[in-house]
Formats: sequence, C-alpha cells, structure tokens
Amino acid sequence: MTGIVGYGAYIPRNRIKVEEIAKVWGADAPSYKRGLMLEEKSVPSPDQDTISMSVEASKRALKRAGIDPREIGAVYVGSESHPYAVKPSGTVLAEAIDATPDVHTADLEFACKAGTEGMFVALSLVQAGAVKYGLAVGADTSQGAPGDALEYSAAAGAAAFIFGADGIVAESVATYSYTTDTPDFWRREYQYYPQHGGRFTGDPAYFKHIMGAARGLMARAKMKPGDFDYVVFHQPNGKFPLRVGEMLGFTKKQIEPGWLVPKLGNTYSGSSPLGLTATLDIAKPGQMILVVSYGSGAGSDAFIFKVTKRIDEVRDLAPKTRDLLDDHKNYLEYGVYAKYRRKIRKAE
Amino acid sequence: MRDVAAIGVGMTKWGELWDKSLRTIFAETALLAIDDAGVDRIDSMVVGCMSSGLFVGQEHLGSMLADYLGRVPVPAARVESACSSGGLALRQGFIEVASGMSDIVLVAGVEKMTDVTGCEATYALGTAADQEYEGFHGLTFPGLYAMMAVAHMHKYGTTREQLAMVAVKNHDNGSKNPLAQFPFKVTIDAVLNSVLVADPLRILDCSPITDGAAAVILCPADMAKKMKKRVIRIAGSGQATDTIALSSRKDITWIESTDLAARKALAMAGRKIEDLQLFEVHDCFTIAEIMVTEALGIAEKGRGGRAVEEGLTSLTGKFPVNPSGGLKAKGHPVGATGVAQAVEVIKQLRGEAGERQVKGAKRGLTQNMGGTGGSSVVHVFEAE
Amino acid sequence: MPTPSRSWREIPQRYRLEAGKCRGCGYVCFPPRVVCPHCGSREFGQTKLAGAGKLLTYTIIRVPPQPFEDQAPYAVGIAELDDGVKLTAQVVDCDFADLKVGLRVALEFRRVYEEGEAGVIYYGYKFVPE
Repeated sequence: MTGIVGYGAYIPRNRIKVEEIAKVWGADAPSYKRGLMLEEKSVPSPDQDTISMSVEASKRALKRAGIDPREIGAVYVGSESHPYAVKPSGTVLAEAIDATPDVHTADLEFACKAGTEGMFVALSLVQAGAVKYGLAVGADTSQGAPGDALEYSAAAGAAAFIFGADGIVAESVATYSYTTDTPDFWRREYQYYPQHGGRFTGDPAYFKHIMGAARGLMARAKMKPGDFDYVVFHQPNGKFPLRVGEMLGFTKKQIEPGWLVPKLGNTYSGSSPLGLTATLDIAKPGQMILVVSYGSGAGSDAFIFKVTKRIDEVRDLAPKTRDLLDDHKNYLEYGVYAKYRRKIRKAE
Repeated sequence: MRDVAAIGVGMTKWGELWDKSLRTIFAETALLAIDDAGVDRIDSMVVGCMSSGLFVGQEHLGSMLADYLGRVPVPAARVESACSSGGLALRQGFIEVASGMSDIVLVAGVEKMTDVTGCEATYALGTAADQEYEGFHGLTFPGLYAMMAVAHMHKYGTTREQLAMVAVKNHDNGSKNPLAQFPFKVTIDAVLNSVLVADPLRILDCSPITDGAAAVILCPADMAKKMKKRVIRIAGSGQATDTIALSSRKDITWIESTDLAARKALAMAGRKIEDLQLFEVHDCFTIAEIMVTEALGIAEKGRGGRAVEEGLTSLTGKFPVNPSGGLKAKGHPVGATGVAQAVEVIKQLRGEAGERQVKGAKRGLTQNMGGTGGSSVVHVFEAE
Repeated sequence: MPTPSRSWREIPQRYRLEAGKCRGCGYVCFPPRVVCPHCGSREFGQTKLAGAGKLLTYTIIRVPPQPFEDQAPYAVGIAELDDGVKLTAQVVDCDFADLKVGLRVALEFRRVYEEGEAGVIYYGYKFVPE
C-alpha cells in the first residue's frame, strides 16, 4: 500500500476583488463574476513566490507526516512560475526542509498540471521502492495580462504532498494520465504574459482531457461517480469544474469541499492540489476521493485516493486550507496589486 | 606616558561641497590646523574615514592624503570604526604622542558623501551594522536607532516631543556656528511634521549627509609650553566595543560601550562627570543624544528625555551638550565628526567659541560612537 | 555585484535557522561562532532556533537602502524567540497599526531581496503575526 503520508497548504493573505480589477479596465464586474463564478483571488506579496510558498506548504506536510526530512528521497516542484528560468526551485526547497544532499530533485512544468505531475512521479518512485518518501509540490504565482480575462482569476498558492508506504493518510488506489497535443494556452520564452485560444480552451481542451482522464481512470478502477465521496477538478474558474462534474455524473455536493476557486482564483499548478488538501481537511476514514487535474498543452492526471483512519490524527497538526482561504485577508487596490505583480514598467 | 596637548585646530564650512573632492577637503582643513599650530614639521598622520571605498572608490588614504598634503614620506594611517573613526583617530594620535613614539601628530577626519545617491549612501552607512544579520534584512541606521527609540519610549515613557527637543536645542546652538551645515533654528512643530524616515524618527531627528573634514595637531604638553601655546591637554582617553548587532545587546535601551569608555577616560583624567562644563556627543539621531546623556551619567538611566525637556543640557544649562550644534545642525561627515567634536571642545576651552561660548569652560568631553554603539570613544580635555 | 558565495554560506542559518550551542555554558550562538562570547569555549554542538517569539521592538523603514528600494515602506523588528535568542528580521503580513512591543510572531520563509532583474534571489526568514 502506498499513498499520501502528509499534506500541507499555503495561501498568501492578500486578495483583490473582481470589482477592483473591472473598474480599472472599464469592464462589467457583475457579468465577470457571474460568467466566471469568481469573487476574488489571492495575490502574492513581492516577497512570496513559488519557492517560498513551496517551502511553507512542505513544512506543513512534514508536520502531518511526522517523518525525518532526511528520509525524503525525491523532491519535485511543479509550477509555471518558477522564479528562475534556469536554476531549480526544488533545490531551494530541498535545502530549506533539510532533505539535502541525499535527494533527487527536479522542477516540472506543464501549465496547470505541473503539480500533479510531480505527485505522479513521487508516488511512482515510492511504488517502485526507489525512495522511502517522495515530496511533490504544486505552486504558482500565476500572471494574467492586464485587462485580459485571465487577470481576474490568475492567483497564487501552494500544496505539498509527501508520498510513502507507511503512515498513510490517503491510500493511492489507481492513477491514470490522458495527454494530447492541444495548444489552448501557452507562453513563449521571453514573453511576460501567456496567450490563450479564447473559447477553444473549453470543449477541445479542458473538458476533453478532464473527461478523458476521469473516464479512463474510472474504467481502469471499475468505479462509477456514485462510488466517490468527493471529486476535485482543476479550477480555472468557478463554472468549468461544476459543468464538467455535471457532465461526468457527479453532484455539486461531491465537488463543493474542494471547490475553492470562487474566493481563491486559479492557482494554476496549485489548483487541484489545493482542492485535494481542502478535501482531506474534512474527509473521514474510508471515504473515496477522485482528483483530476488539467494542464494546457494539454493533459490531465487523475488519482483515486482512499482516506485512512490516520487522517483523524494528522488533520489538525497544520493549518486547514479553508482557514487559510477565509482568515486574515488583506484586500488590495489595483495600484498596489499591479506594483506587487510587477505590472508597472520601471526605469531600467 | 607623556602629557599630550592639542595646539592647532582646523575646520572649514561643512555641507554639500559639490566642487570639492575628498583630497581637497582634507588638505584645506589640515593646512588650517597646521597654520593654527604654527608648526613646520609633522611626525605622523592619523586619518579617520569610515568608507572612502564605498563613497568615492578610494582606499589607501594614508598614502593619498600624505601625498596631497605635500608631506610624503610621513608615516600615515587611516583608521576606521564606523562613525567613531574620527574619535578613534584622535585616540591613536594621542597614544602615539603619549607613548613617545611621535612628537607632532596630525589627527584628521574626513568624509565625502555626496558623490553617491541617497540610497547608496544609506547602504554605505549601513555597513556599520551586521551585514548578514541586520543589513541583509533591509535595516538602515535610522531603522536601527528607531528600534532603540521604540524600546526606550516603551520602557521609560520617553516622548516624541522630547526627541524633537534635542533637535531644537542643537539647531539653536548650531545657528551660532558659522561652520555648521544648517546654521538655522527649527521648531518642535517642524520636527514633528517632517517626513518619516523610520518610525518614529523623522528627517529632522536625523543627522544629515555631509561633506567635510576636521583636523587637530597634537604634541607633548612640554613642547606646547615651550612654544608659549595655551595648553589644552587631553587628560583622558577611553574606548570600548560592544556587539555589532543590536539584537545581541543585553539591553537595547542602554549604550554600554559609552558607559565603559567614559569611565576609562574620566578615570585617566582623575575627574567625575560633574567636574566637566561641556560635552560634544554623538547625536546621529535625536534618540542617540538622549541615550548617551544617560550612559555618560549626565542624566539618570531612562531620564534622558526628561533632562533635555528640563533644559539640563542646553547651552546655559548645568551640562551643556553639543554647543557646536551637534551632528544634527553641524553635519555628520562620518569620519570627520569625532575630530570636529574635539575642535569644538578645544575652541571652547580656549574661549574662542563666539556666540556659543560656554561660560567658564575649563574641562570638556567628546563622545564619538560607531554603529548602534558597537564602538565608543571618549576623550576628556582640560585647559591648564 | 558580489559572487553568490557570500550568501550561499549563510544558507543553513537563513533557510534552517541552524545555530551553535556552546558546550561550555549552553549559550546559543546565531549565527554559529568559533568562540563563545560568554565563556570563551571553542566547543559547540548544533541546534535550531525556536520558530516563534515576541517583538521587543520594531520600526517601519521608509527610506530604504539600495537593494530594498522597491519594498519600502516595510516593517522590521527584533524578536525574542521562545528559546531566548534575539533575532532581527522584517515583519510582514501585519498592518503597521498592529505592530506593538510584545506582539507574538512566528518565522516564515520568504524572498528577502534579489540582485536586480538578472541576479540571484536571496531567501531567508521573516516574522509574521502568530
């Protein structure tokens, strides 16, 4: 048996409301809020980035796992906003949690599914018996171009998972990945903001891959939507996960605990991973969770986890995702938001 | 040890001296001191300068300044202890004469601070703190002293107004000093409404960025007598260090190094603090003067704010502090300050301080401090 | 610009708060030292600092030094950690109005500064309200 032995979440305290962004660009806030099912998003302070958030989320995962970090044999950080183009985020993380030097580290990218990619790899190494514990983090400080639809949703957050074969909190039952070459959203090197295909990002991209991965995994595991207590989908906005859930035959009740996006925004590589940490925060022993991520380009990773008794022992050892989402919020005006997100052009 | 006298002083007007380089400022000032002393020979030079390397990219000041004074091959050294580099130069010169190693020593201090931007100057000044554990976190000198002020205000009830009174007093004195950078008065309101630098310190709580130099000629007291000079003797010298980082101090509301250095200097001079008539102290920030008056024993611990409020340290008070205008009004070309303090005390003891003369001044003290009190140098002067 | 070596050397302290514990008198040295400033011993063991404490003092820097130009205004403080060690760091995620002597703070891993657009990014600890 292998699975998650510890998990942790990190969400910055700053927020900006849809209205605040809309007013600057002369957009109609209510229609954005309705259309995206989104109210506000998290904003990283200038001193927060993928690396800093990964460290804090990982420390929380370690608290729940209760293991010696030196026994972690692999550390993966999945993000599309790694602070360096060349120099790994993973090494800073590994050093900060005292897992060095006997550790394998890699940085991963695949738009929004870089986080679950890392989870896939870490879990596989544990299953292969190659490492005792593997740490995977999905973290992003995503950027949206000023005035673009993505500016309303591009947010920041991190979720960390430690995989192992003992002290399991959520057992890995089955995994599956569904991938095609679909250019729905991309960023060329040296470009500051990503570009996307508008409505093309819907059916041929998000929906096709999530459904392909969900159906493929359920077939492999011989399970139906009704067999799950909870399902977590990648959440680029509030609408898409509800719609794909409906299309697949899931109820809103199954989706709700992991549906953070209306108050969080899209944390890209942290999106479904944070949905999973929020679900684990409230799940009971024996319950079944389906997680389906999505990364543009395109692909989906799917996991089935079965919660164990140990969840009751570790749940309270670190902050809960919903508390991080709801407490101590600091609302920003657009000007400060733009300054924090380096959208203001300064002298060279 | 021989008795040491100061027989010449030199100082030019301080300020933003755009058309003068470090070497020019030094040479002009040193010549004033040499002329005032009436000597034709110098046996040794000691120059205090905090950071010529960061400010003007120049090290090796011993060689350069000996050269520009036209005095090679005189032995010359640059000494550094952050903002107490000048006081340290005075101490080294004193030791050279007292020990018999040299007879006539030129002690000078110089700093040229305006060839870099404000941010770069703030950074250079910050190198007096712990670079890896204070500077690394974005601390500045105003920031460090502001933290001392917050702690002092919390522990002793020192008020914002009392801090402002230090600036008002020093500007009042400085308005009588033709060489001061800011020879004008300020009001409490002006201080309280000036722009914040590091809460609660405002720009008028802070000494400025200044270009300038000061110089003193030292020689054995016997030689001074033979030259028929008024003998102003350095009766005592003391120096002490403390931890570099403020967080390592036993008590962040107390300047231990000044207490220790002053005790040593006074003991050497055989005097108590009450025997002295004037004090030139290191008011890099208003809170610094308050804490220094406590460390010197002029005010009781925690009552430095009360002391300035009650006029104890005014020009006509019982313990006149900073009759020159202090660092606040006179300016603070870092390495020069310690020597300029000596220049003021010497002038006062000679009766040459004009409008700011402390009546009946026979004994005075200089206190020069580096960083947040990581170094303190104290000298006691007596008129024979 | 200095080479990265100067900051790299401090990583065990900045990332993991590793300190030296004097074998002679138990004094905790942060950063670790070669000789104990209290008892003069030259023998040390390794320890880690406590993760939380209370503010002894603080200020708000409004005129920053060069590498921090874009960050001002920011708060800094000295905290006494629960193990007695005193530490200096920025205070973040805290309204300036909430800063006070005695505020309980915890240590969090943050970006401290970077050497311009192309230089190394330096990480370290900062205080956040507990």
